[in-house]
Amino acid sequence: MSWVLDLALRTVAVLGFLVFTVLFLIWLERKVLGRIQMRMGPMRTAPFGVLQSVADALKLVLKEGLRPDGADRWVYHLGPVVAVLPALMVWVTIPLAGGLVVQDMRLGVFYIVAISGVSVVGMVMAGWSSNNKYALLGAARTAAQMISYELPLVLALLGVVMLAQSLSLGDIVEQQSPWPYLLLQPLSFALFLIAGLAELARNPFDIYHADTEIVGGPFVEYSGIRWAMFFMAEYVNLFAISALAALLFLGGWKGPLLPDVVWLLTKTYAFVLFIIWLRATLPRLRIDQLMALAWRYLVPLAFANILVIAFYLYYQMPGWTLSLASLAMAGIALVPLYRHWSGRAPARTRTADRGGLPKVESRA
Amino acid sequence: MIERLDTVDMMVNMGPQHPSTHGVFRMVLTVDGERVVAAEPVIGYLHRGVEKLCENLTYRQIVPLFDRMDYLADYNNELGLALALEKLMGIQPPRRAEFIRTILCELTRINSHMMFYGSFGGDAGVTTPFIYAFRLREEVQQVLESVSGVRMMPNYIRVGGLKDDVPEDFRDRVARLLPRLREGIEECDSLLTRNEVLLARTRGLARISAAEAIAYGLSGPNLRACGLAEDVRRTEPYSIYSELDFDVPLGQNGDAWDRYCIRLEEMRQSARMVEQCLEKMPEGPVMAEMPKALRPPPGEVYVRAENPRGDFGVYLVSQGGDKPYRLKVRAPSFCNLMALERLLVGCYIADCVMVLGSLDIVLGEVDR
Amino acid sequence: MDVREPGDRQQALAAAVDKVLAQFHPQSEFIFDELVVSLPPQAVKAACQLARDDADLAFDYLRCLSVVDLGERRQVVYHLYSTRHRHKMVIKAALPADMPAIASVTSIWPGANWHEREARDLFGVTFEGHPKLTPLLLWEGFPGHPLLKSYPVSGLEDRG
Repeated sequence: MSWVLDLALRTVAVLGFLVFTVLFLIWLERKVLGRIQMRMGPMRTAPFGVLQSVADALKLVLKEGLRPDGADRWVYHLGPVVAVLPALMVWVTIPLAGGLVVQDMRLGVFYIVAISGVSVVGMVMAGWSSNNKYALLGAARTAAQMISYELPLVLALLGVVMLAQSLSLGDIVEQQSPWPYLLLQPLSFALFLIAGLAELARNPFDIYHADTEIVGGPFVEYSGIRWAMFFMAEYVNLFAISALAALLFLGGWKGPLLPDVVWLLTKTYAFVLFIIWLRATLPRLRIDQLMALAWRYLVPLAFANILVIAFYLYYQMPGWTLSLASLAMAGIALVPLYRHWSGRAPARTRTADRGGLPKVESRA
Repeated sequence: MIERLDTVDMMVNMGPQHPSTHGVFRMVLTVDGERVVAAEPVIGYLHRGVEKLCENLTYRQIVPLFDRMDYLADYNNELGLALALEKLMGIQPPRRAEFIRTILCELTRINSHMMFYGSFGGDAGVTTPFIYAFRLREEVQQVLESVSGVRMMPNYIRVGGLKDDVPEDFRDRVARLLPRLREGIEECDSLLTRNEVLLARTRGLARISAAEAIAYGLSGPNLRACGLAEDVRRTEPYSIYSELDFDVPLGQNGDAWDRYCIRLEEMRQSARMVEQCLEKMPEGPVMAEMPKALRPPPGEVYVRAENPRGDFGVYLVSQGGDKPYRLKVRAPSFCNLMALERLLVGCYIADCVMVLGSLDIVLGEVDR
Repeated sequence: MDVREPGDRQQALAAAVDKVLAQFHPQSEFIFDELVVSLPPQAVKAACQLARDDADLAFDYLRCLSVVDLGERRQVVYHLYSTRHRHKMVIKAALPADMPAIASVTSIWPGANWHEREARDLFGVTFEGHPKLTPLLLWEGFPGHPLLKSYPVSGLEDRG
């Protein structure tokens, strides 16, 4: 029985850690966003507003959960659960340090990809069942966006798995000493980051929330604890993607002097901060541009990346060749992408000179 | 054709409660997937009957109502009314008053365009420009506040001049503000303008040709974005604009990007004008010799002024007496909004709020 | 506005307008610097078409369309502008108050659309040939036309 107890304890510990992390992340995001925007962020609840998230969470838990007339009852209620569960389940196999994990699976990466793919079903359920047109549009966008970006995300992960010859996150981290995979294959990293951002629906890809267009997308009709579940799912996912980026590309918990956990959290929070920074800087893409980015650029690039890695492995070339090839491909891909989006530098306004205008009658 | 058969058009009611309709405004969109097939703007939620109210108020009582139409360009509105009455009554306001009016109006223009800039960024999905714009607005606002005592609805520009002279440190305040403004405008410019995502979203969006823009009665930055040098300050200069040196920025394609760029450039030009006004501003009275009661002679007058949103017209019919017989306001937002119906067709749903934002309307003025 | 007298360009314009619109027997006068042309209502649409299409006039921009309630008549006022020549003109037509109807000019200037709908709302003027003359500022079924002089300013709410 001891292994059951052990597992239960670990699960509870991870859940507690995640809840705490979500609360902290929300506070951190509001604070950082505030500072970027020359505001203070939350200041009223406790010093520096550290209890703001707790207050918000309490408010959400106590709030009445409304269900719109005409909503599909069961689907509407199940939606948030289906969305939040996979987000939590992923954490079964994400280690915070060597051995500090609920269960290090041999098929860890595969498990993560498989489970996290379920989240989208919950969102679509929510959007579909809400009986609201914005939610419906949001659901359609969610499906399109999540499924399109799953592909480059998985292909980017595949590159890492090929190099490490393992699907276990623990092994992958061990493989990354002394050189983290970021140096070995920057292209995979870039693909992972872009696709990850899209999966998280963070700026510039927050297309299915799009609060200025479809006012919150699939969640528009939700309130109270159910809405909080979606919110929690999003932040858990944000943390998961950041942790994965740290584990897969930055050498995970490896680092000098400091304890393992501190290293991993530092790297993870670096990504979190980066993502928050993007939110403060980038406007939102349009759905067609989002799709074009995935299918025209990321997917072909990801396939090419895998081919290059296969060559590298088959001919056992030195590591720097892969880095160079990876960088070159990223560079080549950037040119048409830049053209596609911004075209040639647009001319600014020209000015009308006085001479061309008819003479104006003088003052009386 | 086969694919077309399977799709069902959906009607989406955007507004009147929607975060990005810039007020109480409704767009009835017919969408095919994410594409807008037809759009119908619905207005009138803010209709207060300002024109009717004006007919029952004395001329001096009307000024506050004008503040409440385009509340982002309150000084400009007041100026429009003052110009109409001054023309009708043959009053020449003192030079000092004219300069102060111009300074206030141009500062308000910067204020208003900053509001546009911020909300346009918001429509595009990023909140930072909004805060940056508001920080700058705050500094302008403080100068305006020091003049009239309030932040909105100043009731300061009166027929024949101004309510009071500006405070003694006005010149210093504006002089201190100007470099901050220039800096802030450049900062905003570098924050958003060349952003690739914004470029991708706005270039070629909701393009309208000059001929069509004229036919729809667009005015202000929206018309100049099509490359037409139609600026009332230049074509029919009022107040002291003929003495000021400024450029009229023009766009090339008439798309949302051009409309955005023009407003940014106009802020720079406004700062230029304010600077010149400061240099030339004479001392002296700020109010002409006025009769106790405003009783313009019977007659009618139509005056125009370049508001931040475009060609602001006041059509005043007087039959003697201290109240206008008819006061019609040609609200630039009202006319600009008309083109929305045409601009939205073919856009994506996501674009709707950006197209609306690029027209820069104020619903208080649309509905009056 | 300092320009209180018509200048040379307006005088020339007045002559040109008289010539082009001669068939409609316009009565033109100057109010300050504005050239005001009064036309019979049934001639307005054709005259507007001519004023827009004629190369010398080229009034391609409808600046404002207003209605003035003059008791037994309702005057429709068109403020026109030419972006090509940068000159302006006012066309006026007086409609009988018991049957205020005039041809719509939306086919000439699409920008007249909402102006005419607003005028119908507030003054009850019917614009024949308007593509969609539904209430714009008021709600469907609003009783009366608030900007008519006969419409009281207050006291209506109490009636429910």
